[in-house]
This record gives sequence, C-alpha cells and structure tokens, in this order.
Amino acid sequence: MTIWTGASGTEYEPVIGLEVHAQLRTASKLFCACPTVFGAEPNHHCCPVCTGMPGTLPVINRRAVELAIRLCTAVGGTVHSGSVFSRKNYFYPDLPNGYQISQFDKPLCTGGGVWIDTEETGRKFIRLTRIHMENDAGKSSHSGDGHSLVDLNRSGMPLCEIVSEADMRSPQEAMAYMKALRSILRYTEVSDGNMEEGSFRCDANISVRVMGTEPFGTKSELKNINSFRFVGQALEYEIRRHIDVVDSGGSLEQDTRLWDSKKHVTMFMRGKEDAHDYRYFPEPDLLPLDLDPSWVAEIAETVPELADERSQRFQADLGLPSYDAGVLTAERELADYFEEAAGMVSTPDEWKALSNWIMGDVLRRLKEENLDTTAIPIRPQRLVQLLALITDGVISGKIAKKVFDELWEHDVDPATIVEDRGWKQVSDTAAIDTIIQSILADNPNEVEEYRAGKTKLRGFFVGQVMRAMRGQGNPQVVNQRLSALLDNTN
Amino acid sequence: MGNEMDTPQTLDEMAAALRSGQCSAAQLIDQALGRAQEHRHLNAFLSLDPEGAQQAAAKADEELASGHDRGPLHGVPVAIKDNICTQGMPTTCASQFLDNFAPPYDATAVQRLRDAGAVIIGKTNLDEFAMGSSNENSSYGPVLNPLDTSRVPGGSSGGSAAAVAAGIVPLSLGSDTGGSVRQPAALCGVVGVKPTYGRVSRNGLVAFGSSLDQIGPFATTVKGAAGVLQAIAGGDPMDATCPDQPMDNWAAECEKPVGPIRVGLPVEYTADLTDEARAALLGPLEAMDDVELVEVALPHTRFAIAAYYVLASAEASANLARFDGIRYGVRVAEPESDLQDVYVASRTAGFGPEVKRRIMLGTFALSAGYYEAYYGKAQQARAAIGSDFDKAFEQVDVIASLTSPTTAFELDARTQDPLEMYLSDIFTVPSSLAGLPAISVPAGADGKGLPWGIQVIAPHWEEGSMFQFATRIESHVASAGSLP
Repeated sequence: MTIWTGASGTEYEPVIGLEVHAQLRTASKLFCACPTVFGAEPNHHCCPVCTGMPGTLPVINRRAVELAIRLCTAVGGTVHSGSVFSRKNYFYPDLPNGYQISQFDKPLCTGGGVWIDTEETGRKFIRLTRIHMENDAGKSSHSGDGHSLVDLNRSGMPLCEIVSEADMRSPQEAMAYMKALRSILRYTEVSDGNMEEGSFRCDANISVRVMGTEPFGTKSELKNINSFRFVGQALEYEIRRHIDVVDSGGSLEQDTRLWDSKKHVTMFMRGKEDAHDYRYFPEPDLLPLDLDPSWVAEIAETVPELADERSQRFQADLGLPSYDAGVLTAERELADYFEEAAGMVSTPDEWKALSNWIMGDVLRRLKEENLDTTAIPIRPQRLVQLLALITDGVISGKIAKKVFDELWEHDVDPATIVEDRGWKQVSDTAAIDTIIQSILADNPNEVEEYRAGKTKLRGFFVGQVMRAMRGQGNPQVVNQRLSALLDNTN
Repeated sequence: MGNEMDTPQTLDEMAAALRSGQCSAAQLIDQALGRAQEHRHLNAFLSLDPEGAQQAAAKADEELASGHDRGPLHGVPVAIKDNICTQGMPTTCASQFLDNFAPPYDATAVQRLRDAGAVIIGKTNLDEFAMGSSNENSSYGPVLNPLDTSRVPGGSSGGSAAAVAAGIVPLSLGSDTGGSVRQPAALCGVVGVKPTYGRVSRNGLVAFGSSLDQIGPFATTVKGAAGVLQAIAGGDPMDATCPDQPMDNWAAECEKPVGPIRVGLPVEYTADLTDEARAALLGPLEAMDDVELVEVALPHTRFAIAAYYVLASAEASANLARFDGIRYGVRVAEPESDLQDVYVASRTAGFGPEVKRRIMLGTFALSAGYYEAYYGKAQQARAAIGSDFDKAFEQVDVIASLTSPTTAFELDARTQDPLEMYLSDIFTVPSSLAGLPAISVPAGADGKGLPWGIQVIAPHWEEGSMFQFATRIESHVASAGSLP
C-alpha cells in the first residue's frame, strides 16, 4: 500500500469522496420531449422548454424516474416517496432558465453503497450519501477571440447525481469506485456510462489528515474529471499538493479546482468566499414525487444480478480466480458471453480455459478493432467447439489461434476450418519419428553437443520438428518421441 | 348593422346575433377593432392584430355557414393580457425587456380559446410582468379607467379589465397572482375570476409567482365569465400542476334555481372598512333572499400580505432570471463587456423599478442565512391561512367580502408608497395563498359613481357554487339599479 509521507517524515492519509453525474438512458429529456441522441447539429434538439422561453413549464419524464429508482435499488439505497425538486439559482449562458432543477433537502434516495476490490486494500464497501435527479445544462465553447458559443442540445438531459461518503483512502480506491459504479449503471441499463459523450462525469472532494487521526483536513473540490486515468492523476497531484502545504506547517483554504490534463496540474478556480449562494427553494412547477410503492417494487424486480455478485458466483461455482472473475464481469455483455459459453462445458479446467480465451484473445481483438463487448463476432458456441478441438487433441494451441482468427471473420464450425485448411494435429508416432530422424541427421553437431550435456538445445530440436510439421505436430507426442530418439530413454 | 343600441354587447347577445344572421363574426371583429381605436386614449391595448383577427373571423363565419359550430365563443372577439403567449404575436409583459419578443408557441389557454372559435383582436396592457395593482408599472404607460380617466383601472390586468369595461370586447383573459384579475374587475365594474389554482393551465403564462399564478377571464356578465372559464379550464399534460378535475357546466350552473345558502363574512375583512364600504358589501347581501350571513374567523389574515410578497417575490426572482439578455429580449453589450457586464447592463436597462424591487426582495428572502426567517416563515403563514379557510368552509358554503378596500383611486395616488399599493390586494391575497377560486362581481357605486366589487370565495374546485352565488348578486344588483 502506498504510504504518503511528507518531507518531515510524517505519514498522511488521503480522504476522498466522489460526486458522479450519470446521464439516464431515456429517449427524451427530463422535462420536455426533445430527443437525447448524441451528436446532433448544435441547437437542433431543443424546444421552448429546454431553451427557457418565457411561460414554459417542466413536466417530469416518468421513464427517468423509473431508471433513477432502479439505480437506487441496485445500490441498496432507500427510495423516498415525496422527494422534492428544487431550483438551484445561478446565472450562466448555457443555463437557459437561470436555475437548474435539482433535488436538495429531499432527494429521491439516501444510503446504500458500492463494493470495490483493489489489490492494495481488497474488498471494501463505499457508502453512498444520496442519489438525486436533475437536468443538465447546455454546452459552452469559448473561441478565444472573445466570443462564446452555446449549444442547448444537452440542456435538459436527465441526470442522476450519485454522492459518496468520504470513504475512499487512495486514488486507486477512487478509480475502483468509479469503475464499480459505472459497471452498476451499465448492468442496470440506467446509463450507458459513456465518458466521451459526457454521460458519466466526476467531481472529487479530497483532503488529507495525519495518519491515525480522525478530523478531516481542509478539502479541495476537483471539478469535471472525465476519465478514470485523470481521476487517478488529479487525485495523486492534489494529495501531494495538500501534504506539501500541511507538512511544511502551512494552511489550506477550501477551494474548487480544475484538472489540466495537459500540464498535469490542478488549477485554482474559486475559493470559498466566491462560492455561489444557490438560493435553493422548492420548484413550484413540479409536485413532490409521489411514488406508488407497488411501482417501486416492480422496478426493483428489474434489477439484474450485478458485477460484484456475479464475480463472487463465478469464483464460488466455477472456480475462477478472483482476477478472472473481475475481468469477465466488468461488462455485463462480456459476462453474459462467458456465461453462455461456460454453460456448454462442465469442468473447472474448461471454464478456466474459456476465461483465458476471453480475457486474452477476445479482449485483445476487441481492443485492436475498437469494438465494445456487444460486438464479439464469434458466437460462444464456436468458442466452445474450438476448445473441444484442443482438448481432444485435434489441433494444438498454436493452430487454435489461427482457427480463432478465421472464426473472427466467418461464422463456421471450427472443425470445418481445420479440415479445409488441413490443420489437423499429427499424433502419429511413425510419421513424427520419420521427421525427427531426418532433423537429427541434418544437425549432427547439435546432436553431439546436446548429448554432451548442452540440454538447452532441446528447444532447438522441438522448434525444428514443429516447423517441419507446419505447427501441426502434437506437442506432447513430439516431446515424447524426441526424448525417445534423442535421449535414448525409451 | 343597426345603431349602437342594437349591436350585441354581451357574449349571449353576440352568440345569438351570429346564429340568427343578424351579424357576422367579421362585423363583430370590425366593431371591436373600431372601438379599440376609439378608446386608444385608455392605453388598454399594447398591440392589435387586425389582419390575424379578420382572417380568423372569416374562418369563423365560413364554419358557422357550413354548420360547424364551435359553441358559445365561436366568432366572438377577445383580448389577451400581454403576459400570455400568443404564437408569432408580440408578448411583451409590458416590459421593454421583451419589446420585440414574439413567442414561438401559444399558451394552452390561448390555444383552447382559438379551438373554441374565439377571435383574438390584440394584447392588453398590464403592470410590468404582472407586478402591480394599478397598471402604472407598465413600460408603455398606464391604462386609464374607462369610467373615470383620471383614475387607475387597477392591476395588474388593467388593460384586459378596461377593454371589457369600455365595451371593446365582451371577454378577455387576465392573470391573477394576488388579485390581478379580481381587483381591476372591481375597479372597472366588470366580472373577473381567479379559478382554483391548477384549474387552468399555466403553460404559456409568463411566470411571476408560479405557485399562485392563474389565468382568469373578464366578462360583462358572470355567465360570460363562466363560459370562458369552461373553454380554457381542464387538465394539461404541459403543466404538472394542472390536473384533470371534474367540471360542471358552469354557464348552466349560473341559471340554476338555488336554495338557501350560508355565506361567511370574515371579521378580519370587515373590521376596518369605512361605513360606505361596509354598506356596499352588506347592502346587497342583507337584502337578498335565502342568504344566511355567518361571521367567520380567518385569524391569520394579518400575515397574508407579508407572506405573499415574500413568496411571490422569491419565485419571481428565479422566474425572471431567464431574462438575461442572452437568447431574447434586451441585450446591452459594449465591445469590452464581459459576461457579468452584459447581465447587469441588460437587466438594468430592461426592467422597471417595481420589477427590480421584487427581484431584490425575493433574492434576499432566499439568501443563505435568511431563508428560514423569510421564505420558511412565509410558507408557514401560507399553510396557516389555508387551514383558516378550511375551517371556515366547515361552517359556510361560500365566503364574501369586498374585492378591494377602496374604489378606483387616482393616478399617481399610491405610486410613491409601495406598501400602500400592496395593501390594495389585502382581500384578494389570502385566497390566492390558499389556492381557492374567487370571483369579483360589480356591486353598487360609491358617492362618485365608481363601482364596488364583491368577492365570492369558494372551496377548492367548487367554481360551480361560486358562479351560482355570484349570479345571484349580479341579478340582485341589476334589479336594484345601483350600478354606475
């Protein structure tokens, strides 16, 4: 575990809490019927409501409420009937009404939490303070020549804000928490968690304290850090900055900062004295959210098995190592893929072999081709068939890689590929012996050196034989026959 | 068309004349536009739409001729307060901030009026953003009271009240937040209704105090007002605070024979009345048959004005934040202006003094450290006022009071003293805070011949009993011949 030490030798402990904004996966915006599709021409997905025309009123999107409730249930929070929307008042050109409609003193959900698993600290429960709903602002871009442009397509997008307790003690835990939360959002289909499109954004509250002491230090808020990596880097930087100030006897002012991902520093944005007075008050245009308990119960039924639970099950039932289970369950689609394939075989060795194929070749190819886990072109059944060919000794692991590449392009029975390409493994002792003998005859010096004790040359002979057999020699038989003919140990 | 005596004046007369062929919608519209011109000096209208109105009238005539009858408002000229959105027509809120603003959509109430066949001839003057009780806060000058042009018409819906009182249109729409329909109706001698909060969609009504605002009709008769309300009321998916609620046929309710009724007289509303004012209220009520007058107590009335000005201003401070000079309306920007400069300069130039006063008041009331003392306390007062009414309605069917403590006052009489101006609404504000339906009906006249209005307040969603009793007052007053 990283120990944070000041120049004086004093050890410090970081204290981190995160506020994540996730866009709810609805077809229309939170308070109007405009579409939520990403990437339209600027100001093409807006209407009188989300551009703040005089006289317009918000009307809550029922589906957004449903998704938010599903999330609350998934994290084990308490869903409150009678939650209240409030106006959060501030002026900015991309906020058309001059206030955001959010929830303040009566949020939709309180409590609950998320399990994380890090190499340093293992399994740990991160508590949630609250989850509430709110609308997004538009997007400003600043040209640098004194002009700014405002795109209101994003104005009114449905968000939920997920506020954690200050339970994290390292950047690694913070990143693990973000990943776990995003996984839950994606498993439940509450949000697509797409960071590039801004549907998953993070603010971090960070302070440090002398190791072993209770009271929190002065905090900084880091705004809008939009990748896992940046969260890690920004927190590392900020922890160091705080420790340097505190350790040299200085004092910190509470402030809000921005991460500059190019210069790798946090930049001062505003101090406590410039903090907004948002003048929250209940939104008179919306009634408190009166939730029918049977509806809430119905929504709770739609929460699927989540990554953490599924990972535990893969370890317990299939004997997978915790690392494998974690990788396979990170995305629901990948876990579904694995599980479909795993259902077609029945031994821990086969499950582990499937896991290796998926974690290795499948994920590598997806990454190379910039595909997501919904787009695996090989059907699970084909992967199982491929595995059977290896287990049955029909092909070697090496040939299997070639078959895998073929399967990636065409959906055919792998046995047919092996047949058509003539890739069948050769296990016939006589045929192998013939080849070994010709290799030994061609390399008398190496044979002599080997027999004189230079056993490292063993690999050379294996390589020569396999090359001569175009990789199709059964490695076990080849090894066995080499031993017989080279070592005369038959 | 015959001489002035023969031309139809009320909604009923117009409806009959249109269907008997005595006149056409086109003629009614021309008559209304002509009268609007004649009465230009009243400053009741901020804009007229002769082309649009004539087109709509032609369509109304064609429809009637082909047997497509949209009902009692078909072909009837109406005027709309200029804080209610009309697609493509100016909607200024009487604020120079929105001098050139025309909204891209119709308010639900406007759409429903059009669907009912009514013809919009223009938009009426008001106190800027509906903030005022005399119509003197308009960026485009005050409206004059048609009954005495040295006096105010009341506010904030002064233009809509004056347009009906001057006989330009038989019907108009206003908006009422703390009395802005009822008080000008009383001061101009016409009928004005503030429906139950949530009865009429607020979609398209430029918001002032969102938890109080209601669109309501003005008419020359109670039945006319009932007919307009019928057309515009009812649940709207565009307004979360406007649910589907059962509606009677209110115009029919007005004509129903009625039995004995218990009418509450709040002691707090009569205690400080002058003898003349007391007589204006009690005279008709005591003279009517089958009316049992019962004293009721509304003990939290004394907190109403303060609570109202805190809550309405707090909501207004947020509602008016969208007028920032970025997307529409006034923008004052110098080449070297930064964002903050644009906000400050645009809002300084665009808003009048009363609007600024209320934004400041509301912003203060919501500020950190003051919220509980102002907004929080005002909410408590509002709840207490609501339960006062609930208790009173356990004893009585409706509550009656004067609509305004005085008749129309002279221009400039109260402009130097905002507090005195705010007290103009002392009898209308409590029922607004409680969300109750209320109507103002013309009663007798004062010594100068200026009308009094009697306010009838009914329980939530009981516009029917409100209209019934208001009709009885109306016919009693008419038979007594005491109207100005």
